[in-house]
Amino acid sequence: MTSRTTRITIQMASVTALAVVAVLAIVIARGTGPSAQAATGQISLAPGPRLVARSTASDSTGRLVSVSAGDPAGKRTVSSLSCARVYAAGGTGLCLRLDSGLTTYQLAVLDAHLETVREIPLVGVPNRARVSPSGRMVAWTVFVTGDSYNGGRFSTRAGILDTRTQELIPTLEDWAVTVDGKPHQARDLNFWGVTFTADDRHFYATMTTAGHRYLVLADMTTHHLTALMDNVECPSLSPDGTRIAFKSARGGDPAHGWRLSVLDLATRHVTALAETRSVDDQAAWIDTRTVAYAVSRGRGHSDVWKVPADGTGTPRILIPDAESPAALGTTTQEAQ
Amino acid sequence: MYLSTIDRSRGDGTRRGPRATAATVGANVLALGTVSLLTDVSAEMVTAVLPLYFILTLQLSPAAYGLMDGLYTGATALLRLVGGYVADRFRRRKTVAAAGYGISALAKLGLVAAGSSLPALGAVIVADRAGKGLRSAPRDALITLSVPEPVLGQAFGVHRAMDSMGAFAGPLAALGVLAAVGTTSPAAFSALFVTSFCVAAAGLLTLAVCARDRRDEQPAAIPVRLKAALGLLHAAPVRRLLCAAGLLGLATVGDGFVYLLLLRREAVSTGWFPLMAVGTNLVYLLLAAPLGALADRHGRRTVLLAGYGALIAVYLLLSSPLPGTAVVVAVLCCYGAFYAATDGVLMALASPLLPADLRTTGLACVQTVQALAYFVSSAAFGLAWTTWGTTAATAAAAVTAVLAVTVTAAVLAGRPQQEAA
Repeated sequence: MTSRTTRITIQMASVTALAVVAVLAIVIARGTGPSAQAATGQISLAPGPRLVARSTASDSTGRLVSVSAGDPAGKRTVSSLSCARVYAAGGTGLCLRLDSGLTTYQLAVLDAHLETVREIPLVGVPNRARVSPSGRMVAWTVFVTGDSYNGGRFSTRAGILDTRTQELIPTLEDWAVTVDGKPHQARDLNFWGVTFTADDRHFYATMTTAGHRYLVLADMTTHHLTALMDNVECPSLSPDGTRIAFKSARGGDPAHGWRLSVLDLATRHVTALAETRSVDDQAAWIDTRTVAYAVSRGRGHSDVWKVPADGTGTPRILIPDAESPAALGTTTQEAQ
Repeated sequence: MYLSTIDRSRGDGTRRGPRATAATVGANVLALGTVSLLTDVSAEMVTAVLPLYFILTLQLSPAAYGLMDGLYTGATALLRLVGGYVADRFRRRKTVAAAGYGISALAKLGLVAAGSSLPALGAVIVADRAGKGLRSAPRDALITLSVPEPVLGQAFGVHRAMDSMGAFAGPLAALGVLAAVGTTSPAAFSALFVTSFCVAAAGLLTLAVCARDRRDEQPAAIPVRLKAALGLLHAAPVRRLLCAAGLLGLATVGDGFVYLLLLRREAVSTGWFPLMAVGTNLVYLLLAAPLGALADRHGRRTVLLAGYGALIAVYLLLSSPLPGTAVVVAVLCCYGAFYAATDGVLMALASPLLPADLRTTGLACVQTVQALAYFVSSAAFGLAWTTWGTTAATAAAAVTAVLAVTVTAAVLAGRPQQEAA
């Protein structure tokens, strides 16, 4: 009987100790959130010589920040807006975020003054955001997964909103697909990484089917997708519309990481960029010669790096302690 | 060689009701159920937030997540067999189970330590799954050694019900922790993983302190040899059993597919996806113990075959043109009932056919055969879906299930059933 009592005592004491550890972990974590006192300032998404990004600095985690294009590593303006992923172009911003209940996600379309003009509930974890150069079309990618019972399957789907007509395209899965010049019927289509052309009618994206990761060109008016090349992920169209920066799985296998590369659309020539680390991001062009992308620096922190788009040079830090970069200046250059 | 049952003197397996259940299945099964409940809370609270953590906090792409998630099968299957044999060889089922639970518990802390390094995260996830592979056969063997043979079905039913309760509570606990911290910063996830570790450690402790490996009631120490373990495969009843397990695996196309088919035909918002698993689990949880008891009373083979009936109903409903929420509810009910009638019942059916000194190895074989067949089946279904379309693929699944139930009925027929009468 005493051994039984001893065992119960040991059990109770240990469980109590474990409970204390768990509570302590939660209490300590509570103190580490971004402080409410982080200096906030006005940010404009209007075209101009500035870059916006998502801060990963401890005092402003998740905040949308703005830096000068001339001195991107210099003083940053921190807004009061928190997002998981951001992008902006042509005076329109896109903020993907977790809603306050922590169970669902939403996409907020922002005007040039960071005012929310439309909120769209998202199903699945959002992970890519893009705005067309004119600011009219916005696109996002969500990642849908079940739980451990679904056998490790997942799907990604891309959605598009026309901010002028308010037409919403929740998924591309029912669009007509052409692969190798032939109609392609498949149920296993997944899409991500949309990038728009300047005409607001076409866009490029990644489509996976049967183990291939294709670069597709889509037509918004005919709802048609054409596969152009294999092993191209997360395309990003250059401001002049001639090249696509993308990540390609090393040796065709994502398990070996991704190499950042640039595809010349006219010649189909692919140039591997000077960045040799694995880049798992949709690159953003900061001008017609340079692409920017985030590289993780341990848990929850990353830096935005830049590298020349022609394979020369070396990668350099563009914005320290940030990710999700968007240059507000490229669209004006292009319009001229 | 037949029915090496451990005949304990408590022949009170006919009493009904919850109190009777507790008395019938015994303290050891309840202790093991508690261990599984806590472990599942711990595991599911992590599983529920892992996509969120990988994609929003670590900013990894879905492809990277897919790589993480795809890491398993082969190694775990082998480890399960090795674990089963080692548990039998040294008659240390509890120790092997504890090692499995311990590895999975430590993996929760590993998630914190791994930071954002993909290889490290991959290693942690493999370790977690290895732990899961290692522990299930010894744990099920402990269950079989804890109760008299006539109430095995009920014992497994109670254990599986407690297990799914944990799977329910896990995601809620995760949301609770994130809500308490108030953000989804990396620190919040660290707190969540530490909490998950604490829950798993409490489960491990419960195993160590409350669960017993009934070594005293095992046969005298004739050391188990590898040859004897391989000899298992030559015994006709065991072969039939493995055949039944393989067929069960082949007939199952995978939960993900069932839910996806439901989503497609009903054009339901994808947000319902996780809720489908919840619905299936709820039915499973409610029916596991009653169906286990029913199996003890009216024959485990009968209940197992009835479970196939529920699965065939699922496939037929999925390929039928009937619209409406009622179909969704019916599919989830049938699917939950299928699990409740087959999962624990197969183990209860298997145990008496396996000699006690090789039971863990035998159960590990059954589980491995089922898992591998399921792997083949879900891959084949994915291929059929892509090439033939959903309707034809579902019809093919229904035909497979009908064939499986017919062959299972034939294979298990003529076995003098171990009814509790």
